[in-house]
Amino acid sequence: MNFDVGLLIAKAPEILNALGVTIMAWLIGLVGACIIGFAVAVARRYGPRWLNGLLFGYVEVFRGTPFLVQLFLLYFGGPYAGLSLDALPAGLMALSVYGGAYFSEVFRLGFEGVPRGHVEAAECAGLSRGQIVARILLPEMAVLVLPASVNLAVVLLKETSVLSIITVQELTFTASAIGTEFYAFVEALFVLALGYWGLVEFAAALGRVAERRLARFAVS
Amino acid sequence: MTNAISVKSLSKSFGKTQVLQKINLEFPAGAATCVIGPSGSGKSTLLRCLSFLEEPDSGTIEVFGEPLGFTEDAQGKRARIAAARLRKVRAGIGMVFQQFNLWPHMTALGNVSAALKLVRKLPRAEAEDRAMAQLTRIGLEARAGHYPSQLSGGQQQRVAIARALALEPKIMLFDEATASLDPELTGEVLAVMRGLAEDGMTMVIVTHEIGFAASIGRVIAFLDHGQVLTSGGPQEVFGKPRHPRIEQFLDTYLDRGAAMLI
Repeated sequence: MNFDVGLLIAKAPEILNALGVTIMAWLIGLVGACIIGFAVAVARRYGPRWLNGLLFGYVEVFRGTPFLVQLFLLYFGGPYAGLSLDALPAGLMALSVYGGAYFSEVFRLGFEGVPRGHVEAAECAGLSRGQIVARILLPEMAVLVLPASVNLAVVLLKETSVLSIITVQELTFTASAIGTEFYAFVEALFVLALGYWGLVEFAAALGRVAERRLARFAVS
Repeated sequence: MTNAISVKSLSKSFGKTQVLQKINLEFPAGAATCVIGPSGSGKSTLLRCLSFLEEPDSGTIEVFGEPLGFTEDAQGKRARIAAARLRKVRAGIGMVFQQFNLWPHMTALGNVSAALKLVRKLPRAEAEDRAMAQLTRIGLEARAGHYPSQLSGGQQQRVAIARALALEPKIMLFDEATASLDPELTGEVLAVMRGLAEDGMTMVIVTHEIGFAASIGRVIAFLDHGQVLTSGGPQEVFGKPRHPRIEQFLDTYLDRGAAMLI
């Protein structure tokens, strides 16, 4: 069996298009997950007790079940609950909610990692509550949560491949289709491995640069 | 001698532990008051009440005649003062912590100028000029662009002092400001504090440096189990005859540089 480079070149526009869909789903899912995760972490920290309990349940359920199952339930079960979504919006929503559960824990630990005294020093200097959050808590937290966030971003990238199951035409879906159509599974797997690995390395490199730049802010 | 701070019948509990029991103390203006005593005696809690980081359960604190946080009428009924008024009183009080508590994502200059920009709303250039003047005062103008992690403990604490001074407080509070520094670095921070005392800054200093307290304090207050055991000038507190509890406390410091007091 020969490795058919010609096939990959011929299919390059399709593959690049699919790679674009993967990147788009990843970035939107990541932003959604960050927003949900941050909102949940804030609500659990400052909100009423019952809300904390409810959100604890959300985190446990979504961290405790496979993403595939969550995606299935939303896409195929959603219409029975009056929530009919196309494949891509359903996929983005599932990614955000799933990632949000993990991000909320990262942010929760980030909040707890900022020393109480740094906030007290800001209170003594007369900063308002909003200023303390925006100028002290968030920047300090960003440094603390960066390594775990890069890690999570990488996990979320790979989870976007699951969207192929509900026919989102991202990289895994497209490569599998090419593989089946031309009986070229090795080529398809090669494209998949290379595509995801390249993106992961890119994300990790960004993370390393950011970490190096933030190292001097570390609490001594 | 006018009083900068007047504490009346101040009590504070954490859960079932009563940390301060009806403290009465006067802190003279333009001089240093040193609060000493064993660990767990309530020194730090008293200081945290003076900066309103802790809210007392009962009693009052007056800062240059203005109530800090609460007022009490003759029947002991408490009323909280308005937030704006509280902010004004607190603005006259600078605080220096044992753990420095510099903001790690800002340079030395950023730490000192932050509140000038955010609270005083000064233009950036003016805020940084004033911050620079404070850094020069403590001899760290060359370190203005350094982040806290690039500074020694003693330098960090001096920056923290400059940060408080930049807001031109009428009173400076020091909460065991040298307790997490080694002896060599302790010296440079004590030198800055001594300079402030000589400039006539009103200071309340919680410290374990008994020798320093004796030499710098106009008033020494000895706290034990949440009560003021004795207070007065250094001669009254440290001179003989001494309160037996102070005698016992000082004995433990004999080999730690306070021998010259006896």
